[in-house]
Amino acid sequence: MLKTFKLGGVHPAENKLSADKAIEKLALPKSVFIPIAQHIGAPAQALVKKGDQVKVGQLIAQAGGFVSANIHSSVSGTVKKVDMAPDASGYPKQGIFIDVEGDEWMESIHTGDDLVTDFQADSKAIIDKINVAGVVGLGGATFPTHVKLMPPQGMKAEMLIINGVECEPYLTSDHRLMLEKGSEIMVGIRLLMCALQVNKAYVGIENNKKDAIAHLRNLVSADSSIEVVPLKVKYPQGGEKQLIKAVTGREVPSGALPIAVGAVVSNVGTAFAVYEAVQKNKPLIERVVTITGKSVKKPSNFLVRVGTPVQDLVDAAGGLPEDTGKIISGGPMMGKAIASLEVPVTKGTSGITIMPAPEAKREVMKSCIRCGRCVTVCPMGLEPYYLMTVSDKQIWDKAETNRVMDCIECGSCSYTCPADRPLLDYIRLGKGKVGQIIRSRKK
Amino acid sequence: MSKLLTISPSPHVHTSDSVNKIMYRVLLALLPALVWSVFMFGLDAVRVTLLAVVSCMAFEYLIQRFIMKEVPKITDGSAALTGILLAFNVPASIPSWIIITGALVAIGVGKLSFGGLGNNPFNPALVGRVFLLISFPVQMTSWPVSQHAAVDALTTATPLGILKEGVKSGQPVSALMDSLPSGMDLLYGNMSGSMGEISALLLLLGFGYMLWKKVITFHIPVFVLGTIFVFQGILWMVNPENFIEPVFHLLTGGAMLGAIYMATDMVTSPMTHRGQFIYAAGIGVITVLIRNFGAYPEGISFAILIMNGFTPLINSYVKPKRFGGTN
Repeated sequence: MLKTFKLGGVHPAENKLSADKAIEKLALPKSVFIPIAQHIGAPAQALVKKGDQVKVGQLIAQAGGFVSANIHSSVSGTVKKVDMAPDASGYPKQGIFIDVEGDEWMESIHTGDDLVTDFQADSKAIIDKINVAGVVGLGGATFPTHVKLMPPQGMKAEMLIINGVECEPYLTSDHRLMLEKGSEIMVGIRLLMCALQVNKAYVGIENNKKDAIAHLRNLVSADSSIEVVPLKVKYPQGGEKQLIKAVTGREVPSGALPIAVGAVVSNVGTAFAVYEAVQKNKPLIERVVTITGKSVKKPSNFLVRVGTPVQDLVDAAGGLPEDTGKIISGGPMMGKAIASLEVPVTKGTSGITIMPAPEAKREVMKSCIRCGRCVTVCPMGLEPYYLMTVSDKQIWDKAETNRVMDCIECGSCSYTCPADRPLLDYIRLGKGKVGQIIRSRKK
Repeated sequence: MSKLLTISPSPHVHTSDSVNKIMYRVLLALLPALVWSVFMFGLDAVRVTLLAVVSCMAFEYLIQRFIMKEVPKITDGSAALTGILLAFNVPASIPSWIIITGALVAIGVGKLSFGGLGNNPFNPALVGRVFLLISFPVQMTSWPVSQHAAVDALTTATPLGILKEGVKSGQPVSALMDSLPSGMDLLYGNMSGSMGEISALLLLLGFGYMLWKKVITFHIPVFVLGTIFVFQGILWMVNPENFIEPVFHLLTGGAMLGAIYMATDMVTSPMTHRGQFIYAAGIGVITVLIRNFGAYPEGISFAILIMNGFTPLINSYVKPKRFGGTN
């Protein structure tokens, strides 16, 4: 029996169209737009102004606090302006526009592809380098990695869990990275273990990536401190709490962080970024992005510089299909629909999914037939139908006592509802309002 | 860019399942039992089923269109399902005007007066059935003889009826066994009764289909039948002369039809598996109590309706197991 989490879960069609497409370097864009807030926490402070010359890897925005991250230039060229433009959220965000000229890297960065395995076992030095390089969680939440590596007072990490689940349908960037950069990821994992001062790491991978499981197992065969854990395919296993439950059987209490059960979770992409940051002095300026969709001519995995417009990816994948109805930054379960192809790829962009028009439209909502399927599939053990009702009727105290804040917004409820009810839309509304109420109470 | 893109919050994909599919799959699951009742009761079964289905759909259409003034939703299959379940719950010899009246009560009172599909607290088909049973007790308990039976009679008694009368008149259960159908007859449905309830085997076949298609989960039917089995089993062990062995109760009356197709009505049953356990156990206990100690020989309709009434209460007090919680 393969391990998995117990409560709820769904299994949407996997559609991993680009699983066997090797990672290709995307051609340099003509210009980039690099938002200064690509992470959870305070936005970074821009250090450059119009007309400045920058190199690849140069710090262009400084972390704006402890929970924040440095931003580096992903290209060389001239700063055109520092201005607002919409990112994937649809809202205008402050960012730095750079016209690309050549490809000149900072001298401090080792650009070779050679594998560097040796490192000094100095937790603080490793965390510093990760901090300087602006590494954030690449699974989608973009939480600054150095913060995660410094548990709050009195908390102690017992283990590192590496997230190679990639439970989102369509996306394959983590899968390809594990296949092609397995050795580097292993060094990254050892660096993270050293930084956290733990001597056990698990790599959770869903069983639809058997080649990645075999490859990584092969790489760690001599090392008993790292264990590859194959997992039953079930969404949302890539959710932090679900992954911890699946791998260790421990449940993170409501409202607590994973560290409460001794776990720190990082994505495989993050482990690779940590390797590059520490061993190569390379800041987080590029990442693997899947471009995919049923009508896309060439579903692919590209290594993309941060700030590259989505348009460039779409062009490289054979252009925008005729029947396009929706463009999603991310996968179809948790991704954000974007309004324009000028939106930039950021640190958190794991993929671009293009949906054909017939699939893009939502069905009309019907009456709830109280089948209870939303309750059965909720991985947090909530009652989505009830939370929807109390959010709609604005009964916020009921929403709070029925744990609306526990919702991880995985979308399993809306996905599964036979009456096409937009459960998650309403629950988000309730979460927002209840979150406000809780914050105002603390003041 | 000239294309108009759809912008909506996640998730952007949806299961292929829908309310219509659920309804039509339940209808399909009921088909074998319907064929059996036509075999047993001939054209009368066709007449009653057609009347019930057509009048349920017609009343739904008319009420939604002209009284509620909304777009009629008869194509969702729920009215047809109510019709077929109502037909399954009456004798095949029932006069046409009575079944049409039942359809009006089921759809009009049982369902649409509460706002339509999803809002009715009680199973509409059972509301119709119980209304008919109380209003027209004679017609509702005159059981036609199967067209294949060798006896020369027009009506007969149901196995539960024979049992009830016998026990009431002071006979021990062992003395009644000869007048009751054999185990095999009970299993495949060679007995009299309401149209759709007699063949336990074919009803179970439909259950298997619904489990396979994930229309329902096993919980409610298994808990209902399990409770009947255990409770009746205890009574039987205490006094086998007064109480018949439990398998008899699983195969007779509306036990199978009720447990598999009526108690599982999504609208009127609890949302969580824990709640469903309480609900189903209640149905089982009340059924056994009515069958053994009540005035009627059969009581699962009442049992389901009573527990339907408890469903909102169960939903508000029985919460699912929370992730990272103690309850």
